[in-house]
Amino acid sequence: MGELFESIIEIVRRTSSEIPKDVGQGIIDALEAEKKGTIAESALKIIERNIELAQEKSQPLCQDTGSVLFYVDCPIGYDQISFEETARRAVTEATNRGYLRQNSVDSLTGKNDGTNVGPGAPAIHFHQHQADHVEVRMILKGGGCENVGAQYSLPNTQLKANRDLEGCRKVILDAVVQAQGKGCGPGILGICIGGDRATGYEHSKIQFLRKLDDQNENPELAELEENILTTANKLGIGPMGFGGNTTLLGVKICAANRVPASFFVSISYMCWAFRRHGAELERGGKIKEWLY
Amino acid sequence: MTNLTTPLTEEQVRSLKVGDPASISGVIFTGRDAVHKYLYEGGELPEGVCLEGGVIYHCGPVVVKDDKGVWRVTAAGPTTSIREEPYQADIMKKFGVRGVIGKGGMGAKTLDGCNENGNVYLHAIGGAAQVLAEHIVKVRNVYFLEEFGSPEAIWELEVDQFPAVVTMDSHGQSLHDKVAADSQAALEDNL
Repeated sequence: MGELFESIIEIVRRTSSEIPKDVGQGIIDALEAEKKGTIAESALKIIERNIELAQEKSQPLCQDTGSVLFYVDCPIGYDQISFEETARRAVTEATNRGYLRQNSVDSLTGKNDGTNVGPGAPAIHFHQHQADHVEVRMILKGGGCENVGAQYSLPNTQLKANRDLEGCRKVILDAVVQAQGKGCGPGILGICIGGDRATGYEHSKIQFLRKLDDQNENPELAELEENILTTANKLGIGPMGFGGNTTLLGVKICAANRVPASFFVSISYMCWAFRRHGAELERGGKIKEWLY
Repeated sequence: MTNLTTPLTEEQVRSLKVGDPASISGVIFTGRDAVHKYLYEGGELPEGVCLEGGVIYHCGPVVVKDDKGVWRVTAAGPTTSIREEPYQADIMKKFGVRGVIGKGGMGAKTLDGCNENGNVYLHAIGGAAQVLAEHIVKVRNVYFLEEFGSPEAIWELEVDQFPAVVTMDSHGQSLHDKVAADSQAALEDNL
């Protein structure tokens, strides 16, 4: 079926079954931070064992293999239509091979045809770049964590949140408290300050392409990320909401311009089973190197 | 660690307290959004399914048929339980269900039902699909596969020492309520 087809299946397989190194390290650190003999510690031990097992068996880390999101950086003139056709076939084949659950439901009829392909599924975001190679990144985002995402419009009277970074901090921390353990914590937040409702959420998810240990180039946002992470981990929500020291593993924030009348803060929550991988492809579509 | 074997008795369930680790062996049935809505709206249980003393698992597993045509669960962590809040207490009462396994906890209606009818909410580790699948030793049957699709079907599963933690007991206690209240108070201290 061609090299691109096989490469995409391999990217799906790896994304579904192997946690990226930076996230794996976060889990190890979290385990050290929890008190011995607590249910928080035992939850993290099960999580650690699960990460090992999934990789050994090439089976999904989490049974909710989520929304299938592609982020494709491609050269000018790249044939996006044929990429999309190949990607759709590859997603169905990856489902047949058990790397993805039959997870895509017709919203009107409730039917699940088992292909994981339909209107809007998978979601493919193309971006042209000046380089002459193709990079394919993938995120599989489960429904549990997607459901605890939140979008706030500032000012927010109830939370006393004004249109400034302090207001952003208040609504982000509120989202953490509202989520409790329902998003399968310890979680990672992707946040966009500004934008419209749609682009705000879109940019918040793009933050998940960043490695957990990277540094935000904007010093104000870097400080806010650190502040949210430290504060959230003082709230005692803990792994799975069982109570404990690790509520979040990371916080990634970007800003987008807004219109004067709107000030949205869009927060996406990623579960500990953070499925993100990517690869640079050779000209023929073969995987050249992994990106995470 | 409390070892539980299905079917569960009221006495067993009443002895469980919030924070107790428990392991479940025997037979459990998956049931999530479609099943709960269907049963709540008066739907009948399919023939062969008896929930008396039983345990419902909020889960949409990945199940594949092997070369010999035998179903095999390859990933089976819990799904978010709160979506079943409108239905859960009534369904537990109507069908004699003793326990529910899920994640994220449930609300006041379910907690009241647990207290009144002697039910328990057991929290499995969300996302731990591989570890939990290892405790599922056999798929006994599947119901509503065509109607609801694989994740939403009722899968009858034989389990061995399936690990969970009691987070809502039959004495009105909820770990989720406590953590939510404590974390809200901690947030106010940190604003």
